[in-house]
Amino acid sequence: MTTGTLRDQLNPRLSRRKSIGTIFFFVFMAAVLIGIVSLLILLGQVLLEGAPWLKPHFITNYPSRHPEQAGLLSALFGTIWVMGLVAAFTVPIGVGAAIYLEEYARKNWFSSLIEINISNLAGVPSIVYGLLGLALFVQWMAMGRTVLAGALTLTLLVLPIIILASREAIRAVPNSYRLAGYALGADQWQVVRSIVLPSALPGILTGTILALSRAIGEAAPVIAISALVYLTFIPTDPLDRFTVLPIQIFNWVSRPQDEFRGLAAAGIVVLLVILLSMNAIAVFLRNKYQQRPNE
Amino acid sequence: MGTGELSDRSIGFRTAEMLAAERQKRRRRSVIQGRVIRWFFILCALVSVLTTVGIVVSLVVQAWGFFVEVSVWEFISGTRWTPILKPQSFGVLPLVVGTLLVSLLAAAVALPIGLATAIFLAEYAPDKLRRVLKPVLEILAGIPTVVYGYFALTFVTPLIQNIIPDLLVFNALSAGIVMGIMIIPMVSSLSEDAMIAVPRSLREAAYALGSTKLEVATKVVVPAALSGIVASFILGISRAVGETMLVTIAAGATPKMTFNPLESVQAMTAFIVQLSLGETPHGSLQYNTIFAVGILLFIMTLLMNVLGFWIVRRWRQVYS
Repeated sequence: MTTGTLRDQLNPRLSRRKSIGTIFFFVFMAAVLIGIVSLLILLGQVLLEGAPWLKPHFITNYPSRHPEQAGLLSALFGTIWVMGLVAAFTVPIGVGAAIYLEEYARKNWFSSLIEINISNLAGVPSIVYGLLGLALFVQWMAMGRTVLAGALTLTLLVLPIIILASREAIRAVPNSYRLAGYALGADQWQVVRSIVLPSALPGILTGTILALSRAIGEAAPVIAISALVYLTFIPTDPLDRFTVLPIQIFNWVSRPQDEFRGLAAAGIVVLLVILLSMNAIAVFLRNKYQQRPNE
Repeated sequence: MGTGELSDRSIGFRTAEMLAAERQKRRRRSVIQGRVIRWFFILCALVSVLTTVGIVVSLVVQAWGFFVEVSVWEFISGTRWTPILKPQSFGVLPLVVGTLLVSLLAAAVALPIGLATAIFLAEYAPDKLRRVLKPVLEILAGIPTVVYGYFALTFVTPLIQNIIPDLLVFNALSAGIVMGIMIIPMVSSLSEDAMIAVPRSLREAAYALGSTKLEVATKVVVPAALSGIVASFILGISRAVGETMLVTIAAGATPKMTFNPLESVQAMTAFIVQLSLGETPHGSLQYNTIFAVGILLFIMTLLMNVLGFWIVRRWRQVYS
């Protein structure tokens, strides 16, 4: 009777239940740590293996059979080309679709068809987009295995991302802003152009950056378009053949020699530096402009 | 508009009718402009519908050439996949089994860890910690899959070989484990969203009845958020089924009817990449084969995605 508090006497299993709770707290925390530790190991492993190969000529040389001379110049420029073209295609189409869905569309079968369709497209495996691009752009539109065909394919792949992000940004613009515009006599397009779009711009930019970083990290659809080519030139117009960083990395990973594995790690470092700095810009934009205006 | 008003004033002689006519003209122009712009936006939105149509049409048309030569039944029930070697055989089951094996291994890793991560983030982590942890997990989700392939092949496989010496260089096990790590963020963020949507009042009612924090989380919050959690599992597995570069690099290229994770297998996606590496001539049987496999892959992932969305919509608890 003297041991334990009154609560323990009323509910003798409480201390047991509490210690089970503590155990599970650590189990849940361990689960979070697994993800984070894996990320750290992955980054550490890549840096460790890649560092010896990261020399200036790695950036300025073309791929080569001799590991110590090999570089990723053609893949780097291919990625830059793809990024530029994808940005040029996705931004107008994606933002346009988002404006339609948020500002113009009424709730009817057509707008809900488009909405369901966009969420389904986001779940289609990227390699299937590659097959679409191979049939549609490379073969039927006779573009051949070119930068343009690759960029168009990736445009379709990342379009759902940019549409969803832009819609969210447009939806966050307070309705009072629009009403104020209409009260001044503006028509719908003037309200969209000079009130909604400027306010939604940070969100749209963030979505664009995330979509582009998805596009330049994709290898599978680009392999279907470009095949595994060995290029020693930089694409100079959209109808040139091309390769991109993830494909160059894949090419090096699939060779059995250790030297090429090292080159692959170095290529991954370059790719991750590009991707992480893009993500950092996106996060910065999001944090800088996230304060919601008062309604 | 500014210059228009200026010239109005400078001329100065305008009847009310002239001004009204001018205003009407301007209004008509703005109506036409509005209509053109509206149609442009509709076209943009239509691109997404056309993409779906394009996927279906291109897969079906290209695979037609394949199914003319190989019957659908032979394709989906055959157990030997040797499309390149003679004698050719086009039974896709070994590829399906390879895909399922790796996806199940990934699910075994990602579902429990993802759910536990979500519970920690939604129920235990203080706001500050969550704001640090979520972006880190997002980084995990943003790493290109070719990097995960490298990681599986050059780090995880040698690591497991220390424990299981007869593990092959290319094997389903390490591909599955790394794929599991890759889809943890997807499972955890979708599950967490579902748990956060559970109203506070339910938790407080459970606390008032004397529940511990764990009991609130597992007996109240998780059941209330179950539809979202199950959907996150299905979408995660669907992602694993469609994942390409990781299985191409780490799981191997030997189509095999085996559920032994220590062996080398070939997934459906990995086969498509394998044939795409060389420039297979358009219209050849091999070229058409990748589209036949592509259709099957598309149908499998589509069914899972539709099921996931359906569960969310059908079984979602609506709290007012």
